Amino acid sequence: MNAAIVGLGRVWIAVVAVFLLAPIIVTALVSFSPSAIFDLPWDGFSLRWYQRLGRQSSFWEALTTSAWIASVATGIAVVLAVPAAIAISTRAVPGAAILANLLTAPLMLPGLVLGIAFLQAFRTIDLRDAALSLVLAHVAITTPYITRTLLASLHLFDYAMLDAARTLGSTWPGAIVKVMLPNLAPAVVSGGAFAFLASFDNYSISLFLVDVTARTLPVQVLNYLETGADPTIAAISTILLAMTVTVLLVVDRAIGLRRMDVS
Amino acid sequence: MAVRASPGIWLALPAAIWMTIGFVVPVVFLIVSGLFGTGLFGGEAASIATFVDVLGDPYYLGVIGNTLLYSTSVTLICLAIAYPFALALIRLPGWAQAVGMIVTLLPLTASAIVKTFGITILFRTTGVVNKTLQIFGIVDAPIRMLFTVPGLYLGTANMMLPFMILPIYAALRRIDPALGDAAATLRSGPFDRFRRVTLPLSLPGVFAGFAMVFALVASAYVMPTLLIGERHKVLSKTIAHAFLVTNDPAKGTVLALVLLALCSGMVLLAARVSRTGSMR
Repeated sequence: MNAAIVGLGRVWIAVVAVFLLAPIIVTALVSFSPSAIFDLPWDGFSLRWYQRLGRQSSFWEALTTSAWIASVATGIAVVLAVPAAIAISTRAVPGAAILANLLTAPLMLPGLVLGIAFLQAFRTIDLRDAALSLVLAHVAITTPYITRTLLASLHLFDYAMLDAARTLGSTWPGAIVKVMLPNLAPAVVSGGAFAFLASFDNYSISLFLVDVTARTLPVQVLNYLETGADPTIAAISTILLAMTVTVLLVVDRAIGLRRMDVS
Repeated sequence: MAVRASPGIWLALPAAIWMTIGFVVPVVFLIVSGLFGTGLFGGEAASIATFVDVLGDPYYLGVIGNTLLYSTSVTLICLAIAYPFALALIRLPGWAQAVGMIVTLLPLTASAIVKTFGITILFRTTGVVNKTLQIFGIVDAPIRMLFTVPGLYLGTANMMLPFMILPIYAALRRIDPALGDAAATLRSGPFDRFRRVTLPLSLPGVFAGFAMVFALVASAYVMPTLLIGERHKVLSKTIAHAFLVTNDPAKGTVLALVLLALCSGMVLLAARVSRTGSMR
């Protein structure tokens, strides 16, 4: 009876694994299908949807917009979060725990509610520039990722190394720049990668802030899907998947995924 | 250790100021304007009166009901799939567990839109699921899954599954195997061991997963949009509609506060239940 349960458990693992991966695999396969009805490529592969995608400038504009907004927002978040995380973990500021909560809190709220909060606030101060609104809002959702990874990494940092540097004649700022920051670099890279992807994929906040001058890729893709789709979407989805996996593999090669502890 | 207080403050100040102005103020502003109305939005503002209007309207109560049913159903489906999966996974050798974790984490790297799109392909009447069912003779005619409530629930469950698997798996991993052995020594049967040792000790993971999935589904936007459309109203869609289409920020704000209360309520409840549970 025990063996039967173990066997059933293994079958269940296989079933769930197929269920989990099916949407991704099917999307990638359909993008290479010559058929226009979202069929799997039974009779040979085709790149026609990729060629079609190449001719649709709206997607490339949206991709560029998303990429630069994610880069700028992540950059600002790094500049804000790195010193703050150091201050929090050394307890060098009063209310370090509150500050840590403040910097990670945006992930606790439903994205949609956050999006509306930004929409209302920007309307109130009459900020009409969509690109600027998007960057400001995305800083709030990228900062938590960097703060979390950094705090986890700083938790493992041996502060005696700073004292050692001081003993050897380094100044405090010198010790932090020469000893602490190189130790933190992997956490900044991995936190930055997650932050970039979170901004790049965001729709629940961007939805409320985009306009014709600045439209991010997820919003563009969702619009396209709502107004009758063709496998071009599968092609762009596959490119996005490949991009995400590439980013994560590069981060893994650079520092090792095991160090990417976001908890 | 002994970094002086003053540089610490200068290190933390920019982030503290940015997040206060660029996050706390907008959120507090939303809550205050939703509850009391400020009239600052240059139009009708939300107020207690709007609250009473919205919560007394059978239409909006229906939307809230749909959302609660949607979140609860998807969360229970996820639990039913994830618990046996995690339980079977921790019995496997290390390499197999690692593969299981990669399979669980991989979908999280894909955006919600990409995965929901994949599900719409799977669920079409000419899609892979229907073709497979027909090949194996399970159904004669294709069954309709897209734009149906069961299809919405199952499709959303697919996307939420990792958020249920991860905390349950982590909780099960933390259980000391010696406890099961001790229970076995005391002549406890396998079912009894599960019921009295494994299950109670894994409950914090279950509660964490429950709260996470519930909150994520309640505010999900892409999945209801693509899997069922306008026919099935949920809070997220109604809120976005109020702001982007009908330009009724007062109602939208009130509904957003209802959504916020639902999500934070569930998270706080889970934390509380989990804490009292572990104190026993």
